[in-house]
Amino acid sequence: MTHIKTVNKANLKQTAAKGGCGKCQTSCQSACKTSCTVANQKCEAVK
Amino acid sequence: MIHKYKQNGHYVVLDVCSGGVHEVDELAYRLLDYAKPPFSDSCPDDITAKLSDFSPDEINECYLELKQLYDEGMLFTDDDYEKYADMALNAPIKAMCLHVSHDCNLRCGYCFAQTGDFGGDRMLMSKQTGMRAMDYLIAHSGDRVNLEVDFFGGEPLMAWDTVVETVKYARSIEKQHNKNFRFTITTNGILLDDEKIEFINREMSNCVLSLDGRKEVNDRIRPCINGKGSYDVIVPKFQKLVQGRKDKDYYVRGTFTKYNLDFAEDVLHINSLGFEQLSVEPVVADPSLPYAITESDLPRIFDEYDRLEKIMEEQKKAGERKFNFFHFMIDLNQGPCVIKRLRGCGCGNEYVAVTPDGDIYPCHQFVGIEQWRMGSIFTDELSREIKDKFARLHIYSKEGCRDCWARFYCSGGCNANSFIYEGDIRKPHTLACEMQKKRIECAITLNL
Ligand code: SF4
Ligand code: SF4
Repeated sequence: MTHIKTVNKANLKQTAAKGGCGKCQTSCQSACKTSCTVANQKCEAVK
Repeated sequence: MIHKYKQNGHYVVLDVCSGGVHEVDELAYRLLDYAKPPFSDSCPDDITAKLSDFSPDEINECYLELKQLYDEGMLFTDDDYEKYADMALNAPIKAMCLHVSHDCNLRCGYCFAQTGDFGGDRMLMSKQTGMRAMDYLIAHSGDRVNLEVDFFGGEPLMAWDTVVETVKYARSIEKQHNKNFRFTITTNGILLDDEKIEFINREMSNCVLSLDGRKEVNDRIRPCINGKGSYDVIVPKFQKLVQGRKDKDYYVRGTFTKYNLDFAEDVLHINSLGFEQLSVEPVVADPSLPYAITESDLPRIFDEYDRLEKIMEEQKKAGERKFNFFHFMIDLNQGPCVIKRLRGCGCGNEYVAVTPDGDIYPCHQFVGIEQWRMGSIFTDELSREIKDKFARLHIYSKEGCRDCWARFYCSGGCNANSFIYEGDIRKPHTLACEMQKKRIECAITLNL
C-alpha cells in the first residue's frame, strides 16, 4: 500500500467472542472522577 | 462508518466499528469524501473528475487500496454489537466510592460537593460504617474477585482513622471471601504527613492528588478556609508522596476552568514539579457561573489540546516522553473488549457511592440528590429500579451515541454530566461530547 498505513490491526469484532468477562475496572475513579473514557482502561484478561 | 480528521500534519481515518486506525495521504483522505461501498473494480469517472489535481492512475491506485481494506474488513465495517447491549443487567457491584468525609478543609470555588457537604450536614463516616460498607460490597460482589474502593470526600484525610480501620478490616477478611481489594484515595493533600504517606503508599494501588497547576491558577480557585492559597502547602507533600510510590499508580489531577483556558501551561507546570502522571480536566459547573466552560470556549480549548498533543508528540519522537496525560492515553491494541465499550462507567450498576451515614447513590456525583438515593448499607435495600435503569444505559440507548463516531472510545459519556446538564441520564451533554471527541483524536494521533 502506498497511500495507506494501517496503524493497528486490532479488531474489535474478535474481542466480542471472548469479551464481557466483567473483571475490568468499572468507574471513572482511577483518575478523574468527572468523566469516563473507556478506551483508556485496561483489559484485565490480557494483563 | 468511518471518521477522518487532520491533526498536526497527519491525515487519520478511523474505521469506527472494527477499531481500525489508518494513517493516509492527502489523496486517500480526500477520496474518502466520495468513495464508499459498494466498491467497483476501478474508480468511477465521476469521482476521478472531482479530484482533478491528481492523476487518474494515482486516483485509481488509491481507490483500489481503499477497496482492499474494505474487503479485508478494515474499512466501512458494520456495527453488529447491539446484541451484547444488555449484558450488564444483573451485574454484581464491584466498585465503591466511600465518602468518608462530607467535610473539607479547602473551599474550592467549583466543588461539585458544595465545599464538601454535598448540600447536607458536614459529617465524617464512622469506622463502623466504613467496615460495614466493606461487608456490603463483598456480599453484593458475586463472583467478582477484584473489588475497588475509593476513599473520597469532601476530604478523606479528615476521616483518617476511618480510612485506616476500613482498610485493615477489608484486608483481614479478603482472603476468606476470595476477594482482592484495590484501594484508591482522592485527596487535596493538606493533611498529608509522613505516617499517612507511608500508609497510602503501602495500601493504595492508586491515588489522585488534586492540584490545578500554576500557583496563581491553583490558589485562585483552591483556597484554604482562611482564604490563603493551598499551593505552597500541598506541593511539597505531594512530591514526597510520589517519591515514595515506586511502581504504584498515582495521578496529579487538576481542573481547568474559564480562568485558565491555557491549561497546557498548567500541565507543563505540574510536570516541571516532578510529576509524570497527569490528568487535567474541564470543570463540571452550571453554565451561569463565571468560571464555567461554555460553547464559546471550545475553539480555544481545542487549540490547547492540539498544542498539548504536539508537545507530547515531539517528546515522543525525540525519545523523551516526560509525562502521561490521562485523557490522551489510549492503547489501540490492548484496550477493552467491545462489550465493555458499549457502556461507560458502571455507575448505579457495578459502582456505587456510599455517604457518611451509609446511604447508597449511583456514583459520587449523584450523592445528595434525593431522587437517586438507591438504599442503605444498613438495611441492605438497593433499588432494583434504579439499578436496572443504569444497567440499560449504553451507546444504543443514549441519545446520539448510536451514530457518533467516538462511541467505542467514549462509550456514552458520564451519566452524571448528562443528568446535571441535560436533566436526563440518557442525554449526553453536548459540550462534554465535543471535548471528549477532540481528546480522542489527540490520543489516537499520539499513537500513530
Ligand atoms: S461523544 Fe457523546 S455522543 Fe459520542 S459516544 Fe460519547 S457521549 Fe455519546
Ligand atoms: S456517572 Fe460520571 S462521575 Fe459518575 S462514575 Fe460515571 S463517569 Fe464517573
